[in-house]
Amino acid sequence: MTDVVVIGAGHNGLVCAAYLARAGHRVVVVEAADQVGGASATRTFAEGFKVSACAHLLNQLHAGIAKDLALEQHGLAFAAKDLATIALDRSGDIRKIVRGSVTGDGVSQADVDAYAAFYQQMLRYAKLFGKAASMRPPKLVESDRRDKLTLAKLALDIRLLGRDDMRELLRVGAINLFDVLNEKLHDARLKGALSVDGVLGAHMGPRSPNTVLGFLYRRLGEACGFGGPAVPVGGMGAVSEAFAAAARGAGADIRTGTAVAQVLIEHGRTTGVELADGERLEAEVVVSNADPKTTFENLVGFQRLETGFCRRIHNLRMRGTAAKLHLALDGLPTFTGVDAEDVGGRLVIAPDLGYVERAFDHAKYGEYSNAPVMEINIPTVHDPSLAPPGKHVLSAIVQFAPYHLKVGWPSARVEFERLLIDKLAEYAPGIGELVIGSELLTPIDIEQQFRVRGGHWHHGELCLDQFMMMRPVPGAAQYAAPVAGLYLCGAGTHPGGGVMGLAGKNAAREIVRATRGRRGEGS
Amino acid sequence: MIRAHDDRRVLHTPFHSRVEAACEINEWEDWKGYTTPVAYTDVELEYFAIRNSCGVFDLTPMTKYRITGPDAGSYLDRLLTRNIAKLAIGQVMYACWCNDAGQVLDDGTLFRLDDNVYRICSQERHLDWLLWSAMGFNVQIEDETEAVAALAFQGPTSCAVLKRMGFAGVENLKPYRFDSFAFSQGEILISRTGFTGDLGYELWVTPEVAESLWDQLMAAGRDYGIRPFGGTALGIARIEAGFIQAGVDFVPAQDAVRTGRSRSPYELGLGWLVHLKKSNFNGRKALIEEKANGSRHNLARLLVEGNKPANNSFIFDRKDNLLGTVTSATWSPTTKSNLAFASLDSPWGRPGDELYAEIYYIRELKWTRVIERCHVVEGAFFDPKRRHATPAWDF
Ligand SMILES: Cc1cc2nc3c(=O)[nH]c(=O)nc-3n(C[C@H](O)[C@H](O)[C@H](O)COP(=O)(O)OP(=O)(O)OC[C@H]3O[C@@H](n4cnc5c(N)ncnc54)[C@H](O)[C@@H]3O)c2cc1C
Repeated sequence: MTDVVVIGAGHNGLVCAAYLARAGHRVVVVEAADQVGGASATRTFAEGFKVSACAHLLNQLHAGIAKDLALEQHGLAFAAKDLATIALDRSGDIRKIVRGSVTGDGVSQADVDAYAAFYQQMLRYAKLFGKAASMRPPKLVESDRRDKLTLAKLALDIRLLGRDDMRELLRVGAINLFDVLNEKLHDARLKGALSVDGVLGAHMGPRSPNTVLGFLYRRLGEACGFGGPAVPVGGMGAVSEAFAAAARGAGADIRTGTAVAQVLIEHGRTTGVELADGERLEAEVVVSNADPKTTFENLVGFQRLETGFCRRIHNLRMRGTAAKLHLALDGLPTFTGVDAEDVGGRLVIAPDLGYVERAFDHAKYGEYSNAPVMEINIPTVHDPSLAPPGKHVLSAIVQFAPYHLKVGWPSARVEFERLLIDKLAEYAPGIGELVIGSELLTPIDIEQQFRVRGGHWHHGELCLDQFMMMRPVPGAAQYAAPVAGLYLCGAGTHPGGGVMGLAGKNAAREIVRATRGRRGEGS
Repeated sequence: MIRAHDDRRVLHTPFHSRVEAACEINEWEDWKGYTTPVAYTDVELEYFAIRNSCGVFDLTPMTKYRITGPDAGSYLDRLLTRNIAKLAIGQVMYACWCNDAGQVLDDGTLFRLDDNVYRICSQERHLDWLLWSAMGFNVQIEDETEAVAALAFQGPTSCAVLKRMGFAGVENLKPYRFDSFAFSQGEILISRTGFTGDLGYELWVTPEVAESLWDQLMAAGRDYGIRPFGGTALGIARIEAGFIQAGVDFVPAQDAVRTGRSRSPYELGLGWLVHLKKSNFNGRKALIEEKANGSRHNLARLLVEGNKPANNSFIFDRKDNLLGTVTSATWSPTTKSNLAFASLDSPWGRPGDELYAEIYYIRELKWTRVIERCHVVEGAFFDPKRRHATPAWDF
C-alpha cells in the first residue's frame, strides 16, 4: 500500500484515484475548487439556471472505464444519447448528420454515398487510434521491452488496415481537413459542419495541419463503443460526481476547496504536497491532474527541474481559443429549418469551410472572429432539471476567441457577447428577446476558474509534435515526471483531453506497476 | 542580402592597436568573432616566455557572462555540476555545465564578484542556454564579453612585474582568488588564474583603459622578459598543464549533431566537478545513472614514447583493437616529453594500460608511420611548486 496524493479532482484525477484505490493504495485527492470535476462540471450561472460550465457534451467517455467503475450504479444517467449534428443555415437549408449518414434537401446522392464511405474509413482509423489511446505511448529511443511490444502491436494494427487504407492514413494524416473534405465531398454545409470536429478546442483552422488528427480524435466515442454526443442528466458535473462516487467507493478520500501550493521534493524524489494553508500531506506518490505548465512551473517550480525539460514545458503550445457562452432563456428558441425533434441536437454554425477558416484567421492576429463558429446545445430539451419550468439553457462553444486578445478581454467581452447573440439571432430569429441571463467565459476566465493554463481544451494542443510519445513532452510522456514519485494524469498526457478518462486510467496503470516493482525490490 | 566588400564583421579587441603592432608575422585567426594572433613572432620564443619569464595573451574574446540578482547563487547551483555553496566573494572556481542528458556544454571559471554578482568565463557562447536556465529564478544575465577587456599574464616573473606596476600586495593573492586594485583613475581586477598551469594572473579592465594597461605592462616587464604570445604557444602550455579545451578535446553538447559524440564530465576526467549530492542540477539524473552503469569513454593523459607529436592518432591495444583517438598532442619542451590527450572507450585509460599510438609524420615530403607505446599519466604533466606558493615567488 502506498500513500498517494492526487492533485486535482478533474475527471481524470478522479479516474486515476479510483483505479489506484481499487489497487489497494491509500489515496487522497486534493481539489482547489469547491466542487469536483474540473472542466467537467455543472454550475449555476443565473438564478435558477444551471449549465455544464465548460465541457457540455459527452463525446468520448471510455466505455471500458465506465464499466470498470460502474458509473451507472454511481448515478450516471443520460438524458439523451447519440445526438444528431445539425448544420444550421440562415435560410433553413440545414443538414442533419448522424454518424455516417447525412440528410438535407440540397444533398446529392453522390455526397450521401461519399460521406458514408469517408465516415467508415475515418472510423477504421479512429479504432486504431483508440487502441493506441489506451496504452502507454512507447518510447522510440531507449525503449524497453514493453515499448517494443507496443510498437510492434501498433505496427501490426496499421498493417492490418490493408495497403490502401494504410497509404491513405499516412496521406491524410499529413495534410489538412480542408483539403481532405474538398477531395471527397461537394456539399458546403456538410463540409463546414464536419470541419468543426477538426478544430474544436484547437488553435487551428480547417487548412491547418493536424486537423485530420483532431477529427479522428473526435471519433473516438463512436469508434470505441460509447456512441455519439450525449447529454448527461444533471449536466457534465454529474459525470464527475459519478467518478467521484466510484473513487470514494473504492476508498479514496476527496478534499475540495483545498489548493496544493507545491509538490514537496527531497533529493530528486517527491515526498508529498504542501497545501495553500501550509498543511503538508506526506506521500510516496504524487499524481498531478493539473496541466503540465501548472504542474511543472507552479507546483514543482522550474528551479527544481533541469533546463532542457523546462524549455520543452515552456514551449508547449496551449493557447486556448474556445470561449463558452451560456444563456438563460425565457422559452425554447426556434432555429430556422430545425424541427422540434432536432432542437436538442448538436447545433453547429459553420456554413462552409471558408467561413470556419476565416473565423480562425482572426485568432491568428489576436482578434476574435467577427463571424464565429459555434457548437450549440440546449440541454434543457432533454433535462428540464437545469432550469425553472418552461425555461431553457443554451450552451455554446464559441470559436475563435483567442487567449491573447490584442485589445484585451476586459474591454472586449461585452461587445463580443452582443456579437454572439446577434449571430445566434441570424439562425434563431428573436432569440435575443428570450435572454434573461447570460455568462461568457473567455479563455482567460476558463484559465482562472478551472485552473487550466491558457484555458486550453486539451491542456496542450493536440498535434503531432505533442502527441503519443511526445505528449506532453519527451521526458514525461509515460506519465512519470522527471521527479521520482511524481506522475501526470491529466488531459495534457496521452491520449489527450475531452471527458474520456483514459489519461487517468493509463497513469494509474503506470503507478501501480511502478509501486509494485518497488515493493518487489524491497522484499 | 549581398554584403559590401568593405563591410567588416570580424571584431577587434580593445587591445588591437597594440596587438597588431606586435604581431610581426601577421598570422591571425578568428576566435569567436574576434581577430586574434596565432603567433606574434616565433612560437618557441613565446612559449619560453610563458615558462621562463612572462607572457601576455589577449583574452578578451573569452566568453564572459555576468549573473546578478537575488537568486544568482541558486541559479548557478542548478546550472553547474559543482557545489558552489562555499565559493567566497573574491574566489574563483573551475566548473563545468551539462545539458539534461549529462553531456558537457562547456567548462570554465566562475568568479564570485559580490554577494549576488558572479561572472562565468568560458570558451563557448551559451547565452540562450543561460537564459533558458533562468526561468523560475530572479536573475539577470548579461553578456559582458565586449564590456570587459582581459589579458592573461602568465609565467614565473609575472608577479614581480605586477608589483613593479604598483599593485601592492598582489603577491598575497592565493591561486583561484582575485582582488581589485586602483588603476588609471579606475579599477583593475586581478585574479590568480590562467590556462598555463604556472604562476600567472588574469587582468580585467574596462575597454577604455585597455591600451594603457598593455603599455604599462610592457614597460614594467621590459627587464623581466615580457612577450606577447598567441594561441599556438598557449596550446602547448595548456596541454602540459593538463587542461582540456572545448571544441578540441570534446564537442560541446549543443554543437554535437551525431549521437554519441558529446561527452559527460566523467568521460572527460571532470568527475571531481560533479556533486551528485546536490538536490538538483542540470544533468543530475543522467549522471547518477552513468555513475551506476558506467561511462562509455575515458579521457586519458598520455606520455607517448618517441618525439613525434601524436596529433589525431588512433590508439590501439596490443592486439590492434581500436580504442579511441588523440584529441590534443604536443611535444613538451619543458618536460622534454611527448604528450597527448586521448578519448578512449571504457574501460581503457587506466594507469598501466598497454596502449599504442599510430603516428604519421612528414619529413621533407616523405610521410612516415610509427607505432609508439603510450603510458597513462594521472594529473598534470607539468605542475611547478611556484604555481601554488603564496606569497608568490619573486624572480
Ligand atoms: C471551452 C471548453 C469546452 C469543452 N467542451 C468539451 C465537450 O463538450 N466535451 C468534452 O468531452 N470535452 C470538452 N472540453 C475538454 C474537457 O473539458 C477537458 O479536456 C477535460 O475536462 C479535462 O479533464 P482533466 O481531468 O484532465 O482536467 P481538468 O478537468 O482541467 O481538471 C484539473 C483539475 O485540477 C485542479 N487543480 C489545478 N491546479 C490545482 C492545485 N494547485 N491544487 C488543487 N487542484 C488543482 C483544477 O481545479 C481542476 O479541477 C472542453 C474544454 C473547454 C476549455
